[in-house]
Amino acid sequence: MSTAEENPRAAAGERIADWADGRLGIYSLAKANMRKIFPDHWSFMLGEVSLYSFIIIILTGVYLTLFFHPSMNEVVYHGSYVPLQGIRMSEAFNSTVNISFDVRGGLLVRQIHHWAALIFLAAMFVHMMRVFFTGAFRKPREVNWLFGFLLFVLGMFTGFTGYSLPDDLLSGTGVRFMEGAILSVPIVGTYLSMFLYGGEFPGGDFVSRFYSIHILLLPGIMLGLVAAHLILVFYHKHTQFAGPGRTEKNVVGMPLLPIYIAKAGGFFFLVFGLIAMVAAIATINPIWAIGPYRPDQVSTGAQPDWYMGFSEGLIRVMPGWEINFAGHTLVLGVFIPLVVFPLVLAVIAIYPFLEAWVTGDRREHHIADRPRNAPTRTAFGAAWISWYFVLLVGGGNDIFATHFHLSINSITWFVRVSFFVVPVLVFLATKRVCMGLQRRDAEKVLHGRESGLIKRLPHGEFVEVHTPLEQGDLHRLTAHEQYAPLAVGETTDENGVERRLGRGEKLRAKLSKGYYGEGNQIPKPTAEEYEEITSGHGHH
Amino acid sequence: MKKLSARRRHPLAAVVVLLLALAATGGLYAAFAPADKAQADTAAQSLNIDEGKKLYDVGCASCHGTGGQGSSDGPSLVGVGSAAVDFQVSTGRMPAKQPGPQIEKKANTYSNKEISQLAAYVASLGAGPGIPSSQEYDPAGSDVAKGGELFRTNCTQCHNFSGEGGALTNGKFAPDLEGVSAKHIYEAMQTGPQNMPSFPDTTMPSAQKKQIIAYIKTVNASQSESPGGLSLGGLGPVSEGLFAWIFGLGALIAVAVWIAAHTAKAKKS
Repeated sequence: MSTAEENPRAAAGERIADWADGRLGIYSLAKANMRKIFPDHWSFMLGEVSLYSFIIIILTGVYLTLFFHPSMNEVVYHGSYVPLQGIRMSEAFNSTVNISFDVRGGLLVRQIHHWAALIFLAAMFVHMMRVFFTGAFRKPREVNWLFGFLLFVLGMFTGFTGYSLPDDLLSGTGVRFMEGAILSVPIVGTYLSMFLYGGEFPGGDFVSRFYSIHILLLPGIMLGLVAAHLILVFYHKHTQFAGPGRTEKNVVGMPLLPIYIAKAGGFFFLVFGLIAMVAAIATINPIWAIGPYRPDQVSTGAQPDWYMGFSEGLIRVMPGWEINFAGHTLVLGVFIPLVVFPLVLAVIAIYPFLEAWVTGDRREHHIADRPRNAPTRTAFGAAWISWYFVLLVGGGNDIFATHFHLSINSITWFVRVSFFVVPVLVFLATKRVCMGLQRRDAEKVLHGRESGLIKRLPHGEFVEVHTPLEQGDLHRLTAHEQYAPLAVGETTDENGVERRLGRGEKLRAKLSKGYYGEGNQIPKPTAEEYEEITSGHGHH
Repeated sequence: MKKLSARRRHPLAAVVVLLLALAATGGLYAAFAPADKAQADTAAQSLNIDEGKKLYDVGCASCHGTGGQGSSDGPSLVGVGSAAVDFQVSTGRMPAKQPGPQIEKKANTYSNKEISQLAAYVASLGAGPGIPSSQEYDPAGSDVAKGGELFRTNCTQCHNFSGEGGALTNGKFAPDLEGVSAKHIYEAMQTGPQNMPSFPDTTMPSAQKKQIIAYIKTVNASQSESPGGLSLGGLGPVSEGLFAWIFGLGALIAVAVWIAAHTAKAKKS
């Protein structure tokens, strides 16, 4: 009855919406998605922090491109920063100093851009760990896990190419570091380096090449991946923690419109505001103090930004081994770290597939695990994080040495040993803590919460009164499912002939026992146990 | 002349010739050798040396040896010059409190007079760089930018790009340069204390040292400008990364927790 044609006096907004719907089909799109339900938990907002800081980086980056000159032509500085006047530098450095001192708002935007980059990577890291520890990477989300992982890795390299652009002494040292790593590759290293730098390092090309990579190639791929990542989040729906009324088949929460649109919109501005505040308070990458890059100069404390820090750590703690053979040098001291670098990242990326193989579980999972209920996974994740942070300590060994009055050699040895030992210790400790927490949950379910009330019995004994948990809490603590360890299949075939077990099959059975066997998880209380204990009036 | 030729075979003739030759070389050396700075007041100078010797015997001899020849606990002081004494003693590094990877600065307990006496004594052991005068080290009017370039070429490897200091091997370190007086920076470059290489006037003229001092005083003094806000120690990406994680991401997570805690609820009451 009230379509636009019949009612020419419809509100302007409605007429515009009708016009758009006729061409874009926005009504059905909105109908399908605008009431999408999202569950509520603070940790589900970490991905949002990543997304918003990415948007902030793009916005500020566009502003910076208006003033940055990606060129390595040599110029003499005549800008307003006195301690650099008359110094020869590349146009890239010159224009970055000009952005900092002579472009209106330039320094603030530069600092927002750089701080947002650090926070973007940190937020992605924490978001990835949230997904990991809650098991949100399980089917059907494995592909989205990989998209996220790729975003993290691409973010690292976008960051690296970005902070190398100003051509300052610190980032130039980083680019030199990269050249050294490339050169260490046997046989093709020299060719690769010549290809990448357009000749002998530093050459006159790398800034303009990094510029295309930094502002076009990598962010382009990342934008595509972000879109795919979000589409998949919509398609799969968000995971939720167990609770009354929450099943694998529903999502309990608030609708996108109006609740989450408002919340997310507000959160975006809070993220923007906070990053702008950080950028206004604290300086980052003060290139004017660091000075222009010259291959004959270097500064101590030459570290990359934090997300590349673990590669710095690998190089710093690796003994300087090399093999000289028939006139060729194989620099193991650099080449081994170069090989370990992707391995550190790959270990965490492939974990979901390892776990799926061990459990053999092909069902979909939409209820997020509490980390304690998957002790082996949680211990693995914690061990990986400790591994990563041990390498970060290795990368900052000189700063730790000067600020804690330690010997840099001792720190390096500590990191060398820790690289192998700490992840193992963290694995064992985390697993024990998880099982302790499982025991505590079982105890709470069966005997209730300690009330703090002490009762004296007629014969003089003191006991603490335990209050039973509410139904909802009981559900939350027992909703997780526990796998039984996979047994090795039949050892004889249907004719009774002994079947040879594959090596993979044996390994899988062993791993499965390590995950879910006796002593690797605490059996959760069964309904019968609960009945038995609560029906008697006893307490323990 | 006859007399002279007649006595040329006198038994003492050789001694006389030797004395004359020695007087000639000594006199020539005295005439052409670089003039000692405190030549004028030789009496006061030798008094200073005597007083310095007494101080030396109390505070320094146990490690550097009774005549400054050095021992297993301390290097020889012959030829280090008064500049080294002034630097080491007035920054409190010497006398050393305890052996260690590096002798660190501490409060100085000697008066200026005592330091100059010590310096005079050590300088008397062998020629070395003298204590610089204020016109040698005063950086006023020096080219800061040139100093920055020299600083990045010669100093940043150990002292960091803005002179915040850095680690060396086995617990040794290059100290932070903030608050170090121009005179001490000059003396350190001149004499190369502990692990530092020395930059004598032959490799780095006094004018360049002044430029470097001017640069350090511009970028690493308590009143130095930090155009971008808090400098976070001027240490580069390690402190920046910590700041981003703790204050940047930390604050954002706090905000996320706050937003999640204030969710939309069905109206009660």
